[in-house]
Amino acid sequence: MAQMTLVQAINHTLAHEMERDERVVVLGEDVGLNGGVFRVTEGLQKRFGAERVADTPLAESGIMGTAIGLAMAGMRPVPEIQFEGFLGPAYDQLVNHAARYRTRSRGAITIPLTVRVPVGGGIHAPELHSDSPEAIYAHHPGLKVVMPSTPYDAKGLLLSAIRDPDPVVFFEPKRVYRSFREDVPEDDYTIPIGQAKVVAEGTDVTVVTWGAPVFQCLAAMDELPEDASIELIDLRTIYPIDMETIVESVRKTGRCVVVHEAPKTAGLGAEIATLIQEHCFLHLEAPVQRCTGFDTVMPYYKLELDYLPESPRIQKAIEECLAY
Amino acid sequence: MPRKVVYEARVEYVQILDEEGRLDAKLAAGTLTDEQVAFLYEQMVICRQHDEVAFKLQRSGRMGTYPQNKGQEAAALGSGFAAKKGEDFLVPCYRENAALFLHGLPMEHILLHWMGDERGNQIPEGVNVTPISIPIGTQMLHATGIAWAYKIRREPRCVITYFGDGATSEGDFHEAANFASTLQVPCVFFCQNNQWAISVPRETQTASETIAQKALAYGMPTVQVDGNDLFAVYKETRDALERARSGGGPSFIEAVTYRLGDHTTADDARRYRDPEEVAAWQQKDPMIRTRRYLENKGLWDDDRQRTAEERAKAIVQEVVRAAEGIEKPTTDDIFNFTFAELPAEIARQRDTLRTSSIGQDRTQPDPASRTGASIR
Repeated sequence: MAQMTLVQAINHTLAHEMERDERVVVLGEDVGLNGGVFRVTEGLQKRFGAERVADTPLAESGIMGTAIGLAMAGMRPVPEIQFEGFLGPAYDQLVNHAARYRTRSRGAITIPLTVRVPVGGGIHAPELHSDSPEAIYAHHPGLKVVMPSTPYDAKGLLLSAIRDPDPVVFFEPKRVYRSFREDVPEDDYTIPIGQAKVVAEGTDVTVVTWGAPVFQCLAAMDELPEDASIELIDLRTIYPIDMETIVESVRKTGRCVVVHEAPKTAGLGAEIATLIQEHCFLHLEAPVQRCTGFDTVMPYYKLELDYLPESPRIQKAIEECLAY
Repeated sequence: MPRKVVYEARVEYVQILDEEGRLDAKLAAGTLTDEQVAFLYEQMVICRQHDEVAFKLQRSGRMGTYPQNKGQEAAALGSGFAAKKGEDFLVPCYRENAALFLHGLPMEHILLHWMGDERGNQIPEGVNVTPISIPIGTQMLHATGIAWAYKIRREPRCVITYFGDGATSEGDFHEAANFASTLQVPCVFFCQNNQWAISVPRETQTASETIAQKALAYGMPTVQVDGNDLFAVYKETRDALERARSGGGPSFIEAVTYRLGDHTTADDARRYRDPEEVAAWQQKDPMIRTRRYLENKGLWDDDRQRTAEERAKAIVQEVVRAAEGIEKPTTDDIFNFTFAELPAEIARQRDTLRTSSIGQDRTQPDPASRTGASIR
């Protein structure tokens, strides 16, 4: 078993699936010769040829729209959009076409595409390179939205995504890309879309998060008193959301803090808090807390760590929830 | 240093059958046989009947908004006839019904679509068309992607995508043209320039002298044809498809035609169109000149016309019966096609609609729900 970073795990997984299934094609800006701006597709063009790992013109709607056509014609396209901020130009094709085709054709035409998108802040990137738009895509019927936080999960979820008969938005937290390595089996394995992971078991409060903040939550937990028993849930899939795991946990703890990088209002924290009040009302000891980005434009990087839910802020939110 | 010319280009216009039904025999050589022209003319009669009946269905409250195809039949049929049925793929907008029918789409599908029923888009197995596309210009990228798949798999198949003059103002047109030409995929971009994008005339839409020349920027062979001329449309589409099939990449065709009807039944073109302009184009109606051609050749007369019209009426009557006779979809259909496998939450929502409960009904636990049992 090899130790891999998130970048290496995704690269390995793409090669694994391209080897196994000749319908899989990778397309996007700089994904071929250059191996992608984060080097996620490094070496793939050399190995699988320029037809299956295609450098496209610089046009995100074009990338998404042609990927839809490829999928209609029986391929398994894996387009890359370079940064989440550039999903904007592809938004129409993704939500108005990829997401709706199965429904509008009553199942006659389906779009099995997986769009890979680096997401989130914390790497001192320029403007529109640090946002967290996952809630927007979770709100669009017909899309599955995934965000792994570890190399192991990334492989299992990416294989599920590529093999899924419906379009999947696969967000890759760029702050985690090279932050650590872990064992990733060479063998084929999948992690079902829609299944959260209990990272740490506890009985006093449930913390729900996904993506890079998983590690901020772990850091916050290290700072809290040892007798605070915290259950940490990494959602892994944003849509369809694993309500069962959240509900089971909150029924046990009676308290919940939701942590996400995206703005607060109409964010996923709101949806999760509502699910909890629908299903755990009589078990609650405290209001659900949200520790999130703010309802502002993501600041440039001098202030990005003040905007993001870093561990001190998460620690405070957990303490307040426990003390309520 | 002297300035030098680094790029020069020209766009040709092709007409083979003129407004009077006169044929340029030299240009027409090797194109359509008399038998084929008669067949295509009969198709025109059927499609015009379908179009008129669709209009009346809307006016009498039996169908929702409908965009008439009237006047653009030669463009749809000439191009559609050049493509191989069951082999090539058509990616339409919504004014090419005749081409879709030619490639096997049952006619009631178009009525169902406009009757607010997604089953109109449920393309039968083996019919190589996508459903009509409502937003403008987005489908050209899908066409490019389909053609790209054919190229990757070395299949000798082509795609024709249809769109209007207004669509060439959309970014997706330019992205599709650029992708198609850089990737050299077998796709024909067929523009039905019908002069009007709802109320915006061609001259206001673009400062480009022709629509066809837009393709030059993408290194694509391009031509302007008389879109109401079956022969010219057929010939240029056939040539473009042959080029595509033999690895020559995409082509662009601007078919100059006219939207004889309103944009849709929700529109009133009298608000913005000069009646004289409409009257002039009515004289150029593709049905008039195709019929004249056949009559001049002694292949058509009033008797055959009457027979063709009666047949068209009978066919369309059956189509209307099929479209109106279909059972209303169940409310489950709102939910069941969202994903291949329905997530528990959507299944729950489907059941709340079944029971008209707001989802808090404790007496109706949902057996399909993953969480229902443990929560309620």
